[in-house]
Amino acid sequence: MINVGENQMNFLVIDHVSHTYFTRQSAVTALENISFMIQEGEFVSFLGPSGCGKTTLLSIIAALIKPTEGTVLLEGSKIDSMNPSVGYMLQQDYLFPWKTIEENISLGLKIMGIDTNEAKQKALNLLSEIGLKGVEKYYPHQLSGGMRQRAALVRTLATNPKILLLDEPFSALDYQTKLKLEELVWKTLKDYHKTALLVTHDIGEAIAMSDRIFLFAARPGKLVHTFIIPEELRSLSPLAARQHPRFSELFQSIWKELDQLETD
Amino acid sequence: MKRIDHHIQLLHEQYLVSLQKEKRFVRFIQLLIFFIFFLLWEIASKQQWIDPLLFSSPSNIWELFIAKLADGSLLSHIGVTLFETLLGFFLGTLLGTMLAAALWWFPRLSKVADPYLVVLNAMPKVALGPILIVALGPGFTSIIAMGAIISIIITTIVVYTTFKGVDTNYIKVLKTFGANRWQCFIEAVLPASFPTIISTLKVNVGLSWVGVIVGEFLVSKQGLGYMIIYGFQVFNFTLVLLSLLLIAAFATVMYQVVSYMEKKLIKNR
Repeated sequence: MINVGENQMNFLVIDHVSHTYFTRQSAVTALENISFMIQEGEFVSFLGPSGCGKTTLLSIIAALIKPTEGTVLLEGSKIDSMNPSVGYMLQQDYLFPWKTIEENISLGLKIMGIDTNEAKQKALNLLSEIGLKGVEKYYPHQLSGGMRQRAALVRTLATNPKILLLDEPFSALDYQTKLKLEELVWKTLKDYHKTALLVTHDIGEAIAMSDRIFLFAARPGKLVHTFIIPEELRSLSPLAARQHPRFSELFQSIWKELDQLETD
Repeated sequence: MKRIDHHIQLLHEQYLVSLQKEKRFVRFIQLLIFFIFFLLWEIASKQQWIDPLLFSSPSNIWELFIAKLADGSLLSHIGVTLFETLLGFFLGTLLGTMLAAALWWFPRLSKVADPYLVVLNAMPKVALGPILIVALGPGFTSIIAMGAIISIIITTIVVYTTFKGVDTNYIKVLKTFGANRWQCFIEAVLPASFPTIISTLKVNVGLSWVGVIVGEFLVSKQGLGYMIIYGFQVFNFTLVLLSLLLIAAFATVMYQVVSYMEKKLIKNR
């Protein structure tokens, strides 16, 4: 039993990761000695001021950049840029404007060479599950911002990634769409039992969606605090969680901590 | 409610009619200018306001056109020039785009090639004409090479700049799926640059005509450029003007075809 627990805890291991960007003028350390573990099915948010290296960390986990120091292990093995098992969602949808929605959502399958009819059909089913039935032949510019971001989610999930990296995916949307999409993403991820890391500036969003929140300090990016979301909030959907009395309590304490970081 | 709807519909119809009217008016003025130009030319020539030997007249040009059509020589000249221009145009665009792709693929190559591209771009390519003719022989090969070479470098520079300017987030999306460099190029970089490639086509149409006509001047065997140089040598300016008008007409048609392609290809952006 203990062993199983340990394995779960070791789903994603970030081990003493540091990263420095070199330019002609300077060497900027974006991340300094970051270590943490994430268990399977967990939803974790990275919260912190700009310049705290959150996006750098996601890029490292996605194997887009190699950390200057340290290792990243997913299910015990090193991540490999050629055989990705992570799905990455960006701030904007970045659907390819010259491709139809259908072509867009099967793009990952095509790149990975697993675009069987069955896999494509699965992606189409997911599209209608997420409320976008009938837009398969449309081009992205014919859809609203919220619909496009949903299609981008389908594109990310279609390749069945082990872990989802969400890089402020809701920040470009209007408030109402954002709330609805948070709800939808949260539910979809729970249904498929996906592990997810969310980068956000929005304290409320982090509390409403996550199981744990990692607080980062900037320059250099450091993990300074971990908040564990209480069970009664975790089991609620984001919209319901926002109504819970514990929500504003937690909001206050995270706010204070963040404020402290920024004035330091 | 119904009455308001009806009223709006009426206003919309009026709006459409006014758009139509405006369009017709512009077309009418354009045609008017066209006819007045040729009419004035004809009268000026007949009245000796301008030297008829130098400027000929539309009626003389028309007669020559009919005569040359009848003996078949004109069609072969037009055929040769069109063939050379189209081929030069396609080669120039294709090779230019391929060079741009090579520069994108090998960043170090682009760093090394940079000053040479600047020199080659600044140099007037038609000055290479004599060398090309000696190297490739005084035939259509060297003329096509002229038509191509004149647009290659500028195409390379413009298209390469576009390749580099493609939003890196599209590439990021592909890389998270494990895409290799070729997949990044074929799925994101090339299609995202399509509009620019098409608009360089528009520029290349004009450039290829320049290259081919100069080539025909130099080779002086056949084609519309040859007709100009021949007409100039025997002082038959009716022939020169006939060639000029034909070049203008065909160049316009080619340009319109490219514009039409542009509309079709990028309608979904």
